[in-house]
Amino acid sequence: MNETPDPALGASIIHATREALRQAQITLPPDVIRALSMARERETSEIAKGELANIIANLEMAGSLSVPICQDTGVPVVYITLPPDVPLTCTMYDAVAEGVRKATREIPLRPNVVDPLSRENSGNNTGAGMPAIHVRPGDRFTITVLPKGAGAENMSRIAMMLPSERDQIPKFVVETMLLAGGRPCPPVILGVGIGSTFDGVAALAKEALLEPIDCMTPYEEEILNIVNSLGIGPMGLGGKTTALAVKVKTGGCHTASLPVAVNVQCWACRRATVEVDY
Amino acid sequence: MPAGNGGGGLLSVMDLCTPLSHEVLMLRAGDRVTLSGVVYTARDEAHLRMIEEGIPFDPHGAAIYHCGPVIQDGRVIAAGPTTSARMNTLSGFLIEKGVRALVGKGGMGRQVVDQLKGRGVYLAFTGGCAALAASRMTLKGVFFEDLGMAEAIWAIELNRLPLVVGIDAAGNDLFDGVNRNAQAQFRKKFQAKREVSS
Repeated sequence: MNETPDPALGASIIHATREALRQAQITLPPDVIRALSMARERETSEIAKGELANIIANLEMAGSLSVPICQDTGVPVVYITLPPDVPLTCTMYDAVAEGVRKATREIPLRPNVVDPLSRENSGNNTGAGMPAIHVRPGDRFTITVLPKGAGAENMSRIAMMLPSERDQIPKFVVETMLLAGGRPCPPVILGVGIGSTFDGVAALAKEALLEPIDCMTPYEEEILNIVNSLGIGPMGLGGKTTALAVKVKTGGCHTASLPVAVNVQCWACRRATVEVDY
Repeated sequence: MPAGNGGGGLLSVMDLCTPLSHEVLMLRAGDRVTLSGVVYTARDEAHLRMIEEGIPFDPHGAAIYHCGPVIQDGRVIAAGPTTSARMNTLSGFLIEKGVRALVGKGGMGRQVVDQLKGRGVYLAFTGGCAALAASRMTLKGVFFEDLGMAEAIWAIELNRLPLVVGIDAAGNDLFDGVNRNAQAQFRKKFQAKREVSS
């Protein structure tokens, strides 16, 4: 990695990170808002309709008051996309962390990041390996944030399945929802990783949550329909909408392996991308 | 307190105010209510501290809100419910001391359903609706602030927070009914498939 610090670039990254977090925490992406509105139209139970009406009223309230949608403002998961002419530097990691600290003070965000064993809170949403920063090649220099709350994250699962169990993948995904019930704040979005390695498949499942939810493959729709037939409904109080979408992302894997991961995302699918000036 | 919430299919909304009394015993799972008055936030760490050091507020007729809010300059910025099931093994002492309502999301375990029988109710608030909640809240005080913002006990006054009775004092559990149905659907779908493929 190139160690030459570039103060101007650092400032741009800090700004982009803070701005992406602000957008993500206060407004949901349009595809998610549309899916929630459509769900409210579809529901017939008064309780389910009431829950979705609360969610939509909450989104309007968060936007008009410029406050976070949910008090669990999550842990910062950050994707940096680097174009070919921009070298990766340590400055970038430091600047993203500084952007997170700034966002925590200014939006404000709840300080959620603790040491896993002492449970000591850093007070600023950074810690060892946190923010979780993933770097990917791309055409534009962007910062994407996916703040991840614990209620849904805690319901996520991983399995090292057998190659002969390919047809059991939908069952594993639906079972994940069955075990989660109302706890991950349904209607959820299920990010499904298939393939890669033990660690890689979890990353794929999370990256699947970055995709817009208003277009699905027939495979994704098939799994979604089974998930919704469970009738868990908004907040686990019963209804037609248990999940808004299932998104699958695949990666090459060992011929003897079939890793599968399900990353559960609550209805507050907070994601935002901001371009970095450089 | 409006009467006539006779437990039928009627979805009239009952307005509750803390301190709560025996009126909560008439509520039925699935009823919609609003809650006003002071409630106390408590999550895992606050429960553990209360078990060790005692309850720092009057528990008679109190409502506990499973919530770790965002507080700034003495104001509630965001305060939706957290997952109540984490408090499944930590709530009995509160109900025994007179707490009448647990407020949170996702429902609670069988032991809490039993502990609430004849004593109190579990009220579900829509998870993630932190801004909506905060718009109906006034901060009144704090206990155990050293536990940090998310884990401290905040005394918060509510103004008609819209809730659903998830577990009633007769042992009816809305979440349990939904879960049983979900399990039946799951078995129907995947057992049938396995028979075909084997």
